[in-house]
Parts: sequence; C-alpha cells; structure tokens
Amino acid sequence: MFKNSNSIQGRRKLLQYIMFGFFRMSAAINGIALLTIFYFLVARGWRAITWTFLTQPPMDSMTKGGILPCIVGTVCLSLGAIIVAIPIGVASAIYLNEYAFQGRILRIIRLGINNLAGVPSIVFGLFGLAFFVVYLKMGVSILAGALTLGVLTLPVIIGATEEALRSVPDTYREASLGLGATKWQTIYRVVLPAALPGILTGGILGLSRAAGETAPIMFTAAAFFTPSLPSSVFDEVMALPYHIYVLATAGTEIEATRHLQYGTSLVLIALVLGLNLMAIIYRARLQKQR
Amino acid sequence: MVKTSHSGKSRYRTEKIIRITFFCISLASIATLALITIFLFMEGLPIFKEVSVMDFVFGKYWYPTDEPPDFGIFPLIVGSLCVTGVSSVISIPLGVLTALYLAETATAGVRQWVKPVVELMAALPSVVIGFFGMVIIAPFLQEVFDIDTGLNLFNASLMLAFMSIPTICSLSEDAIFSVPTELKEASLALGATKWETIARVILPASLSGIITAIILGMSRAIGETMVVLMVAGGAAIVPISLFDPVRPMPASIAAEMAEAPFRGDHYHALFATAVVLFLFTLLFNLAADHISHKYKQVGASTL
Repeated sequence: MFKNSNSIQGRRKLLQYIMFGFFRMSAAINGIALLTIFYFLVARGWRAITWTFLTQPPMDSMTKGGILPCIVGTVCLSLGAIIVAIPIGVASAIYLNEYAFQGRILRIIRLGINNLAGVPSIVFGLFGLAFFVVYLKMGVSILAGALTLGVLTLPVIIGATEEALRSVPDTYREASLGLGATKWQTIYRVVLPAALPGILTGGILGLSRAAGETAPIMFTAAAFFTPSLPSSVFDEVMALPYHIYVLATAGTEIEATRHLQYGTSLVLIALVLGLNLMAIIYRARLQKQR
Repeated sequence: MVKTSHSGKSRYRTEKIIRITFFCISLASIATLALITIFLFMEGLPIFKEVSVMDFVFGKYWYPTDEPPDFGIFPLIVGSLCVTGVSSVISIPLGVLTALYLAETATAGVRQWVKPVVELMAALPSVVIGFFGMVIIAPFLQEVFDIDTGLNLFNASLMLAFMSIPTICSLSEDAIFSVPTELKEASLALGATKWETIARVILPASLSGIITAIILGMSRAIGETMVVLMVAGGAAIVPISLFDPVRPMPASIAAEMAEAPFRGDHYHALFATAVVLFLFTLLFNLAADHISHKYKQVGASTL
C-alpha cells in the first residue's frame, strides 16, 4: 500500500517534470528562433552599415550607394500615420472607456474595432488604392500611404489608450467630480494627464507598426526608385520595407546586392525594435512606479 | 442665483456636445470597415460579369494574363488554407505551451526575459521575416531535404508560425492569468500536483480564451502577405506534398496588382480575391468574438 502510493506519487511527479520540460522547451524554441534571425541579419548586415549607406541615395540602378530616401520615406509615412491615428484613436478610446454605457452600441463599436484589427494588410493596401489613390484622387503619394497606414494603426492606438485609461483609478474621477468639475473637465484635467504615459507608449508602438508594414504602401505610396527626397505630401517615396522587398525579389542583380538587402533589413529592424524597446522599458518603469 | 443656474445649463450643453463629438469619432472604426467592404466589392464585383461565382471560387486554373484568361482562384484558396493549417500545427503547441510557461511555471526572473522575446517576435516586420526565409531558410531546406526549391509551403508555414506565435501566446497568457486563484488553490489543496491543476482546472477554465487566441493567430496567418509573397514559391497549383510551392491569395494579389491593367478584368479579379480573403478573416474574427463572448470567463461559474 505504502509502496504503491509512493510509486503513483513518483509517476505524478515524473509526468509533471516532463510536461514542465515541454513548457520550458517551447519558450526556449521561441527565443532560439528570434536569436537565429538576429544573428544572421547582424552577422551579414553590419558591414553594410556605413555613413555613406545611411546618407546617400541608391546609385548605379540600386546596386551601390545608400538608402537615405528610404529612411526619410519611412519616417514620413509612419509619422503621418500616427498623426492621423492618434487623435481619432484617443478620442474613440475616451468615448468607449469614459462615456459609453455597456450595451448594444458599445458592443457593435468594439466588434468593428476588433474586425478592423483583423483585416489583412494587403486588403488595407487595396482599399487604400481604391479609396485614397483613385476615388479621392490623391494619387500614389505620402498622403495616401500615411492615411492607409493610419487606418491600420487605429486599433493599436485605441487598444493602448483604453488600457491606459482603465489603469487610472476611479477614485481620481470621483474626487474631481466631487469637487464640482464636469465630466469633460475631469477627463481633460485629471484622467488624461494620468493616462498620458500609457497613451504615449501606444503611440510609439503604433509608429513602429506603421514603419514595418509593406503591403499597405505597395500600391499607395511606395516608389521603386526616386533619387530625390520628397518635397510635398503628394510625392511618391521610397520606403525601407518596400526597398528590401524590391532588392530581394525584383532588383537587377539580386545576388550582387545581398549586402544592401541585409543592411536595409538591419536598419529597419533597428528602427522598429528600438521603438519597441523604448515602449517596453518605459512601460516597465511605469509599472514599477505604481 | 439665477445666473449660476443659467451657466449650469450652458455647462450641461457643452458637455452634451463634447459627448456627442466623441461618440461620432468612435464610429470611425466601423465607418472605415464599411468603406473597406464597399470599395472591395465595388472594384471586385465586375469580374462576375466575365466568370460565374462558382467558376471563380472553384475554378482550378489561375492564368489571368493568358488569352483567353482563366480566373479560377481555387488553387490560391487551397494554398492559403494549407499554409495556415501547417503553420498552426507548429504555432498552436508552441504558443499555448509558452503561455502556460509564462503564466504558471516560470520564475519572475525568467519571465522578465521571455516576455520581451515574445513581444519582439510580434514586432519584427513581416518583410524581414520573409527575407530571412528567402535567404537563410530556403537554401537550408533545399540542401537538407534535397528538393528543387526551398521556397515552398513548408518554409512559408514555418515563417507564418513564427508570426502567429506571439498572438497566440500573449492572448492565451491573458486568458490563463485571469483564471481565479481560488480555483487553483482549491485544486492544490486537494492534493493535485501543479501539472494536474493546470491540465484539469486551469486549462478547462481558460479554454474559451485560448481558443479565441488560436483563431486570431490563424486569422493573422491567413492574411499575412509579405511572407507568403517572398517564400511560398508562387506556383498557382494545388499542392500535393509539403515541399510544393504554393501561391496563397495575398501573395497573388500583391504580386500581380502592379501589372494588372487599371480596371481591367485582371484588376477586378484581384479585388474579388481580396473580397474572398477578407471574408475568410472576417469569419475567423467573428468566430473568435462569438466564442469569447458566449463562453465569457466568469470565474468559478465556468467550471
């Protein structure tokens, strides 16, 4: 009896040991996959990163030179995107979190946001082409691309802002309302300042999301090649993600430009992950303060 | 006295205007979704003057530039479903097990490192993952399995799995985390081991959340464009083996749109393909929404 129960206990322990091993292994596989990607991109890309690479336009039908127009283009597009998305996103989140009552309308709005977040990026691209480029006659331009990316980042901003608003304790609101402030005064003077860091984090994440997207700008903003920098919002631009795609699949000499492809990928990753790390660290510090 | 009540009224009116303004802005997401639907259908429907819906969806040949052209997207749909299916075989176990690890067994110190790994995985631009699959994984697969091309269904599925793991993992983790501790404590107090508690109490209690996470992860995989454009191989055929090249719907749209004559049949056919893709993701998202609402986790009552 005693022995038997011991062996059952042992088996239960063993099973737990094995299963927890699987857990650990899965987490490790993810880490290894990420490290592998980093390793190859950095090991093969870092030599391409020179001052010339970062400050010159492409030369000799994009087999030499740098990627300055792509960097500028990506910065324009992603900044444009969050300029569109932040006001709309923050206002939507304020309504959803501060004003709306639980009910059918709220449920429908949330369903809309969730579904918008799930729309494939290529569908955003076609929508941008049909609506902004053709129907609103913006042409292939920074404006059309930024608006398309803005729509795409909207759910990111709404989600982050809502989370930030939720984390503001209700006692703040009650204190302000109790002092005779109106609802809007409370939101504007009390809730928003308290939620601002969280909203900023969301903005940074939105920026990084917009900077890395390719499919939405393919037909709305991205140019195969432009030697000059954009002068107005109606210009086509080169962009980092699209440049990688073009060099890797459609360039004149795909093998000969590998180092440029690695270099461009590395710059894009540094940009996107830099923004993300900023957001992660900032958020971690906020959580510690609370 | 009278004056204050007057200003109270105007205050009330201002408040009302502000509230209505915010309400209108919050409709922007739905309005955009509606616009997307309208414009996709507007540009996509004209193709059905040329081919019937059945021939379009179930037609076996996609030769849009031949004379006469064939607009059958069946191989593209099958391609999309195959890469999504194979990728979920990889991403579901990895995503859910990592979530369990993060939520239940990892020490705070390890968690602090694993969590950013998952977040960074989600942040990597898809074009970079596609590029990696093209220049590193493809030659590797070609050599190891001795196949004609490393750009195929399997490679695309691997890369897609990498992209959907973060979605599955972080949403599952939220679901697991929100299981009330009382349930866990009760199970442990009855003498169950930690693993038994996870398998018999925590997993059943968070199942709806995990399924939602899986569906959203698959939805992300089916709609992902750059990866399948760069590494799936691009052949519009129904695959027979894991190492056949495929041409999922997003890849076809992205590759051909630039060359399709404006508002020609090919252009309309690509928009109609996007409609089909959009409907697939809509279905996935509505299913996820339905499950997460119908089987909402309400603590002890889920068991």
